[in-house]
Amino acid sequence: MKNFLLIFITIFLFTSCGKKENNTVTDKSKIKVGLVFDVGGRGDKSFNDAAYRGLEKAKQELGIEYEYIEPGPGAEREAALRQFANRPDISIIFGIGFIFTDEITKAAIEFPDKKFACVDYTYDSAKTLPPNLVALEFREEEGSFLVGAIAGLMTKTNKVGFVGGMESPLIKKFQVSYEAGVKYVNKDCQILIGYAGVTGDAFKNPGKGKEIALGQYNDGVDIIYHASGVTGLGVFEAARETKKFAIGVDSDQNDEAPGFIITSMVKAVDVAVFEVIKEVKEGSFKGGRAETFGLKTNGVDYAYTEKNKNLIPQDVRTKVEAIRKEIIEGKITIPVK
Amino acid sequence: MNKITKYIYSAAGPILSIIISLIFGAVLIALIGKNPIDIYTKMFSDTIGNSYGFGQVMFKSTTLIFTGLAAAFAFKAGLFNIGAEGQLTIGAFASAWVGITFVNFPWQIIIPLSLLAAFIGGAFWAGIAGYLKARFGSHEVINTIMLNFIAMALVSYIVNNIYLVPATIHTPEISPESVLLRFDILTGMFKGSPFNLSFPIAIGACILMYLIINKSVLGYRIRTYGFNPFAAEYAKMKSGRIILWSMAVSGGLAGLGGLNFVNGYKHYFELGLSENAGYIGIAVALIARNNPFAIIPVSIFFGILEYGGLTVNTLVPKEIVTIMQGIIILLIIAVTKIFEKKFKVKTV
Repeated sequence: MKNFLLIFITIFLFTSCGKKENNTVTDKSKIKVGLVFDVGGRGDKSFNDAAYRGLEKAKQELGIEYEYIEPGPGAEREAALRQFANRPDISIIFGIGFIFTDEITKAAIEFPDKKFACVDYTYDSAKTLPPNLVALEFREEEGSFLVGAIAGLMTKTNKVGFVGGMESPLIKKFQVSYEAGVKYVNKDCQILIGYAGVTGDAFKNPGKGKEIALGQYNDGVDIIYHASGVTGLGVFEAARETKKFAIGVDSDQNDEAPGFIITSMVKAVDVAVFEVIKEVKEGSFKGGRAETFGLKTNGVDYAYTEKNKNLIPQDVRTKVEAIRKEIIEGKITIPVK
Repeated sequence: MNKITKYIYSAAGPILSIIISLIFGAVLIALIGKNPIDIYTKMFSDTIGNSYGFGQVMFKSTTLIFTGLAAAFAFKAGLFNIGAEGQLTIGAFASAWVGITFVNFPWQIIIPLSLLAAFIGGAFWAGIAGYLKARFGSHEVINTIMLNFIAMALVSYIVNNIYLVPATIHTPEISPESVLLRFDILTGMFKGSPFNLSFPIAIGACILMYLIINKSVLGYRIRTYGFNPFAAEYAKMKSGRIILWSMAVSGGLAGLGGLNFVNGYKHYFELGLSENAGYIGIAVALIARNNPFAIIPVSIFFGILEYGGLTVNTLVPKEIVTIMQGIIILLIIAVTKIFEKKFKVKTV
């Protein structure tokens, strides 16, 4: 019994040590953003973290406040959106990922006073968007085509690889356009394809990613492009171990394995998030429309910075830049399925 | 010892465990620099403090009642069904398939058909595990876990390749006749929450389990086998059949859980809809001591934790709630044993 008392007192002391929340009245003029992450959530060093960077940038440059929720699969996405929509202090709500398409459309209709934005929204031109919702789309196929061209030009073994997360039409788009990019510059190049799984968990399984990547490297592949969220961290691990190369996705992933990541297909999710918040702050937010981010507007690109410059030879750079121009001018049609 | 004291002792263990885990959770919250009282207040006011939150809790609980019953039913026969996750997925898909395929049928036909499909889907899936155990003696834990993987992959393949609505992760919608209406449409209460008519079905399933276990010959056999398999065999009971039946009914109950999401909420099958309810159901059954009626309040408690974790997610990481759930389960098992030893009582 003595021990019990002791434990209890310790716990009590601990709990009462909890910091008192500052109950300062929040500045009414400050815009508050609510953001709901995709499966995987923060810390994927990729898609979700790109959205988070957008939030941070907006906080620093525009002085906004934000809150975010990391929901699980199933019913939690809608519940999370509603939770923000029910809050009077939040003016704009983000859904990160195509998976929010249905839920955010419904929420936007039900809460006409709130503003909504959805990254990777699946826009159906046959349906009209609610006037308080902006759909943010990315032409990943353009970026994937370019990194495919880089892989095709730089491979020494004439074999490149692709590791996808969940086998789904969305990731297929990355794969197919990447393949097209490789073939565009290197007709005889062989491409090995691997997927980590068939459920959402396939985006957060680095062990599996490493296994697939090691298999491909052992088969003679020297460059692997991944589109697999956290799973890709395993691909980088395999690249480091075998001293081969990888290509990152969504964010510039150079820092995950410096020297082994030739480049990354960068999706400017952060820019999109930031721009929408800026529009809200300036009062120029306009919903009911889809905004597309492609090569033309630098919405997608491949990373070319001080950090990875020396990995990409000048002649490759020149050729890829020429291809970029052709895509922007519409001279190349990129397959998506 | 009379029955009432026995029940009090049985309930005391779980309640004590819950209190200890709440204290432990408070310590964790304090350690990350937040005030536990604020967090708990928000958690409870957003879950049971308003009708929308309560509806969300009840929606989560409905699935947990089904998966809790599934685990409890198998426990009664001394079997460990870890496969409720897969059985629920198969059941949900079967029900969605009925709703998508048989259009223009009146609800009087299509609803029972959906129920039947969900039950048979889950029962079939668990039945495979039961058959393997009965026929070859391979352990049901391994069987059900492996079948979970197969169920996920199989359903995912079928959805992705046959039923997928492009650029989503779900199937087309089921027919309007096969929808189990939400309570906010029926009554105007729980506005906006997906709490639906699956709940009375869940209550019905509790009664059904009680009747099967306590009032039927099959139940008698299952209980006998659960107490002592050798005694059951000695009494000329066919153990293979008992294993097969208890696994099938257990899986069927888990399969019915799929209705809550498919027919009651989204009106389509979506990949990942099981949300680990199959695993949490095991905890529900353990805490409810396999009593079909105790499963209802325990499920609601876990519903509060699950949905509560989401409501405070903007303030604390949801891992804290997961840790608390784990602690509750560990404590309940330990505390119950301590009670039995210390007070020399046999709990129900």
